[in-house]
Amino acid sequence: MSNEEVLHSQTATGHVHDTDHDHNGHHHHHETFITKYVFSQDHKMIAKQFLITGMFWAVMGGLMSVLFRVQLAYPDESFPFLETLLGKWAKGGHISADAYYALVTTHGTVLVFFVLTAGLSGTFANFLIPLQIGARDMASPFLNMLSYWFFLAASVVMLSSVFVETGPFSGGWTAYPPLSALGSASPGSKTGMDLWLIAMALFVVSSLLGGLNYIATILNMRTKGMTMTRLPLTIWALFFTAVLGVLSFPVLLSGFILLIFDRNFGTSFYLSDIYVNGVGALPNEGGSAILYQHLFWFLGHPEVYIIILPAMGIVSEVMSTNARKPIFGYMAMVGSLFAIAVLAFLVWAHHMFVSGLNPFLGSFFVLLTLLIAVPSAIKVFNWLTTLWRGNIRFTPGMLYSIGFVSMFISGGLTGIYLGNSALDIHLHDTYFIVAHFHIVMGVAGIFGMYAGIYHWFPKMYGRYLNNTLAYIHFWITFVGAYLIFWPMHYEGLAGMPRRYYDYTNWESFKMFAGVNLFITVVALIVFAVQILFLFNFFYSIFKGRKVTSQNPWGSNTLEWTAPIRPGHGNWEGEIPEVHRWAYDYGKDGKDFIAQTTPVGAEEGKH
Amino acid sequence: MATLSEQQHKRLHPHKFTLWIGIASMLMMFAGFTSAYIVKKNQSNWLEFALPPVFWYSTVVILISSLTLFLAAQSFKARNIRRYRALLTITAGLGVLFAVLQWTGFDYLVSHGVKIIGSGSNPAGSFLGVITGVHIIHVLGGVIALIVMFIKAYSKHRKSYNPIPIEVMSIYWHFVDGLWIYLFIFYNLISG
Repeated sequence: MSNEEVLHSQTATGHVHDTDHDHNGHHHHHETFITKYVFSQDHKMIAKQFLITGMFWAVMGGLMSVLFRVQLAYPDESFPFLETLLGKWAKGGHISADAYYALVTTHGTVLVFFVLTAGLSGTFANFLIPLQIGARDMASPFLNMLSYWFFLAASVVMLSSVFVETGPFSGGWTAYPPLSALGSASPGSKTGMDLWLIAMALFVVSSLLGGLNYIATILNMRTKGMTMTRLPLTIWALFFTAVLGVLSFPVLLSGFILLIFDRNFGTSFYLSDIYVNGVGALPNEGGSAILYQHLFWFLGHPEVYIIILPAMGIVSEVMSTNARKPIFGYMAMVGSLFAIAVLAFLVWAHHMFVSGLNPFLGSFFVLLTLLIAVPSAIKVFNWLTTLWRGNIRFTPGMLYSIGFVSMFISGGLTGIYLGNSALDIHLHDTYFIVAHFHIVMGVAGIFGMYAGIYHWFPKMYGRYLNNTLAYIHFWITFVGAYLIFWPMHYEGLAGMPRRYYDYTNWESFKMFAGVNLFITVVALIVFAVQILFLFNFFYSIFKGRKVTSQNPWGSNTLEWTAPIRPGHGNWEGEIPEVHRWAYDYGKDGKDFIAQTTPVGAEEGKH
Repeated sequence: MATLSEQQHKRLHPHKFTLWIGIASMLMMFAGFTSAYIVKKNQSNWLEFALPPVFWYSTVVILISSLTLFLAAQSFKARNIRRYRALLTITAGLGVLFAVLQWTGFDYLVSHGVKIIGSGSNPAGSFLGVITGVHIIHVLGGVIALIVMFIKAYSKHRKSYNPIPIEVMSIYWHFVDGLWIYLFIFYNLISG
């Protein structure tokens, strides 16, 4: 008896009159518009809600980056349309310094948390876990729904902070005190910061509810025959992602709680001997700003793996399917995911090398940081060997998967530079770090997300995305991403600091005026192409070519055994039983063998 | 039903399992707090003070509440609903009493010159206040869950002999109890 039946049979004993219980999953709910599209408890609908909310934030965050890139490219020119758009934040067509900092801060917060955490793992964990492990829904569909609604509440609060009079928070996405702790520190540190904290607290709750559910579902609700070592790598990756989130977000929350007390209740956890604009010293005494950094980065570092692990899982799955070859080194893939998940908790202080950290302690963090190169290299090697002599189909999802590997290599290599505490003295807070994390986390994460969207769109909506638009989207995004972020390495090596409003006053950085202009122009083009993708996405939901076969990619995993447009409960009749791992491609002369096919007597071993 | 209960003994019930992961998550939060406490204590400007004596009483109260909830679960399984309701009420009452006692502990500190919040507060006092306060919230969350179970126990429409809710409740309650014991020992060892 499966756990699902345990849950259901108890509901049955709970209602005295509920004598007849349906065990075949033909749930004939009365679905109204509200229960189907708004307060849905169907994991597939919740996944779509996460995806579309995430896409909204991706557009917002991208638009913000375009706006501050305009400032960096044309520091002296005025654009009247900016005043129309931003009002007093761009008087005379110039983005003000406060607005610039607010844009940079909100761009970072929104992209890291709302797009690449909620939008990426929220979408694919919800969509893929039940479908790929053979469950009718999550362990707790209700908690799952709450998880989305907490995310939406966080989104609404964060969005409202953009419209308050003093503007959104402007002290950087890391929200270091004292800027984040004192309302008098800057306009954005007033109401904007309060709203930022509320939004982030709601977001943490959303992540925890989601994560609990993902773990419980993966460990408890797998169908018959689906042993852990038969799980697709997407599920393994989402599992480790959820574990990271459940163990690291609470620490961030405790850091935020202390920050809230410092802001609103006059405590001094992070504050000591502060002067603001010559006023001071403030009564707060005895606190330590470094304490916040420890608590923040104890989440902050696992957070980058929360972003990249789901992308890795999606890429492994899409790549194996479209190379028509088994994934190379399945157990090594799982082992390296595990190694990354463990190391994620042991490297946070590499963000603090120049904070006055004891150099002796720093050397341990250097060692542990560089150790992450080992599982990362194993994964890259396995992806490349999966492609090697494969029968590759260059579908858009596959292109994005290959693009992901390219980005992961380019961005990962600079991570080895930055992990050294000695080099970090020079590179810290320059454009080199901006280039590094945008390529390895931002672009790679987004590429993983696109790979997933292009690959599973037919399952989500029963229609295909337009391929021509998809190829235009991929190539311009891929080339554009390198053109945007590659030159930033040179700026950073030359010492150009990040987050500055205007570089024209510095003799040393004047030579980069042309490069900055170039980056902005490419960013504008790449942003425009994302709008093309949005058009493709929403157009195809309603008008795309219809999916006519159950398994359009010839894939082994369970979601392709469900009906083309699965209802709530996923499978009509029995849940499929699993007899093999997910990667029997090109075996014994067969193109692919689905996980539901029993192992034949004459079959070779994998 | 025999096969059902047999199956359940083999494998952890999904709700319990989810709760255990949740407990791991809550533990990480308090681990974050207490490690921040240790880090801060080893830096300059740390006020040393004695814990309020009332914390001993609140410790006894929360220990007794764990016992009463344990007995409540036993009477539920013995289908002794009258006793179950009474013990549930006592447990919830002891939970509230615990919160009140903790609060008087803060009053004691303030009256002895240790400010918890506001101007002139030292992180030593603030840490004690925030960590203990977040723990009180966890206890009160448990009290709310107890009240919900209490209402369900009086409901005429639903008759349930399903032991899972009371078992899940017990795990949570014993956890917040154990959490306080940990915090209390921590304060005594680290501050002493």
